[in-house]
Amino acid sequence: MRKSLLMLLLVFVFASSLIVGCGGGQKSEPSEKPQEESGEKSESAALPDEVRIGVWEPLTGSLAAGGAQKLEGDKLANEMRPTVLGKPVRLVVVDNKSDKVEAANSMARLIEQEKVVAVLGCYGSSLAIAGINVSEKAKIPVLPDASSPLVTQGRQYVTRTNYQDPFAGKVMAKYAVGTLQAKTAAIIQDVAQDYSIGLASYFRNAFQELTKDPNSIVAVVSYNTGDQDFTAQLNFVKSKNPDVIFVPGYYGDGALLAKQAREMGIKQPLLGGDAWEAPELIEVGGKDAEGLTFCSHFAREAATSEKARKFVEAYESKYGKPVNAYSAIAFDNYNLLLDCIEKVGSLDTEAINRELRSTKNWEGVTGVITIDETGNPIKPAPILRVENGEFHYVCTVTP
Amino acid sequence: MTLALFLQHLANGISLGSLYALVAIGYTMVYGILRLINFAHGNIFTAGAYLAFVGVALLQLSWGAAYVMAIVLTAALGVLVERVAYKPLRDAPRISVLISAIAVSFLLENLMVIIFGGRPKSFFRPPVFDQVMDIGSVKVPTVTFAIIAASAVLVIALSYMLYRTKPGLAMRALSSDFDTARLMAIDVDKTVALTFVVGSSLAAVGGILWAIKFPQVNPFMGGLPGLKAFVAAVLGGIGNVQGATIGGLMLGLAEVLLVAVFPAFSGYRDAIAFVALILILLWKPTGILGQEGRVKV
Repeated sequence: MRKSLLMLLLVFVFASSLIVGCGGGQKSEPSEKPQEESGEKSESAALPDEVRIGVWEPLTGSLAAGGAQKLEGDKLANEMRPTVLGKPVRLVVVDNKSDKVEAANSMARLIEQEKVVAVLGCYGSSLAIAGINVSEKAKIPVLPDASSPLVTQGRQYVTRTNYQDPFAGKVMAKYAVGTLQAKTAAIIQDVAQDYSIGLASYFRNAFQELTKDPNSIVAVVSYNTGDQDFTAQLNFVKSKNPDVIFVPGYYGDGALLAKQAREMGIKQPLLGGDAWEAPELIEVGGKDAEGLTFCSHFAREAATSEKARKFVEAYESKYGKPVNAYSAIAFDNYNLLLDCIEKVGSLDTEAINRELRSTKNWEGVTGVITIDETGNPIKPAPILRVENGEFHYVCTVTP
Repeated sequence: MTLALFLQHLANGISLGSLYALVAIGYTMVYGILRLINFAHGNIFTAGAYLAFVGVALLQLSWGAAYVMAIVLTAALGVLVERVAYKPLRDAPRISVLISAIAVSFLLENLMVIIFGGRPKSFFRPPVFDQVMDIGSVKVPTVTFAIIAASAVLVIALSYMLYRTKPGLAMRALSSDFDTARLMAIDVDKTVALTFVVGSSLAAVGGILWAIKFPQVNPFMGGLPGLKAFVAAVLGGIGNVQGATIGGLMLGLAEVLLVAVFPAFSGYRDAIAFVALILILLWKPTGILGQEGRVKV
């Protein structure tokens, strides 16, 4: 038996070395590659036949709905604006499978084998952090929508157009204390997700500050990505009887948790973060999803600019369903990237990155965006609530 | 902790544990006979849930008919896997079959991603199972009763089959000595196939009940429950049906009670199963009800 276990171990080691081997196979410098490929010495060296842009999202696994929404936005943007610098834009789509190891591998594949100029994505902070460790070394600009501060902290080649978690935590605490008059709160977090842990702690600090009561958070309990049974955690929270329950996880967990909470007779408002926005929250949650409230990045009802209206119209006629924030962010990221490429006039990744990081008053569908020195924007947040099986705009909270 | 709170935890734990038990039985039966850890069992579980989903959502069957169809097709899938991936390797070293099982697991998982997509789908919950009953101050969803009842009935039926019928006797004979049983005119292929029919049907029932309890299906849903059921099987003594039942219940209760007693450690809930696996392998590798291995002369 011991011998066979050893063999099994060897098989795994061999298999994993194969995977790593594929990922890191070609060691050529990605930023120099376009020049080599065109063959002709110098004249048209900078421009290949097509501009390759990576779309790097979780398309399967626990975060697949988020990735799918991003992809819809990317595809729509690409359809409406298929060329840059007179060359067709080719979206190279890869699936990072909602898996942190796969996220790093697929990013390496995009850069080293697919030779992309820049990467759009991804959804999910833990995934984004894993992949950006790779892209940062290769000096390839990345535009994620993952909202943890760790995604941009200390990075030179990451730019995002959506607000970060500390702000989202503050917004939800403000909403709980101000609008819902809550004095106590409980938190149920996903300890396997950087996004969830971060957002939980920002909410906690903001809530304690707003209520001026260090004991106002009566319970903090955890679960792990992939868990489907939350009854034990909920039962504990129920015994503490908080005014509101904050659940900074992803949509799938939110839906199942809401269902189990209502079944257990927990009637308190359930609040979440921006990652609750996915049709699955309502489809899986059913009648128990009613009243779930979270902060978003884009609200149909609050989108008043000409650009935003056009986007909403195009999205809804192409996909036949109500627009969502992640598609809007993806749409903005694509257009911002193309604008920067146009401004630079070549595919020099360093110059494109400089241009991205110095964006000022750029008008996107999610608002007017100015990127600060850390690579982040300053934007207000709309709050959405599930009513009659649809997401409805409640109000906007400003920073 | 008040009594009501404790009883609520108890109800939740038994409900979860019964599901682990149903899946663990499949692991334990296959191991008992073929000495094979069937890594594809978690995917069979997922397939059961998906087939029920297809029956209700796409074929518009009534939920009862859809569940029966799902169980039958899942049993067929289990036999197919055995025929294609395990039977040709029956005389090969055990490690080859194990690797084949891992391959089948990946194959099934990725097939489901391709066929159904990676996004979770909402699973229809029959109205009967959508109620919540108040027993004192304890809230128990009706699906919990269904889970406990189904598990109990199936475990009793299975024990009856194993100890009171001819095919059951054949299974036990194969389990105690494969080669000698072959000499005693036991139809090995048929008996092994029957084992997969029983194990896969139980996995399908587990998958369907799981999807009713947590009303969604996704291609990866069988991963964690599959692993935990495997641990439950080892905990109870792999190869032993009663052991798997006890192991499943213990694991379900342990998970729930950890969160109840030490809420600060709730993030380590999934770790319990694996810590239990390490401890049991260190101290009593044969599990709670497992027999000491007899040395064959």
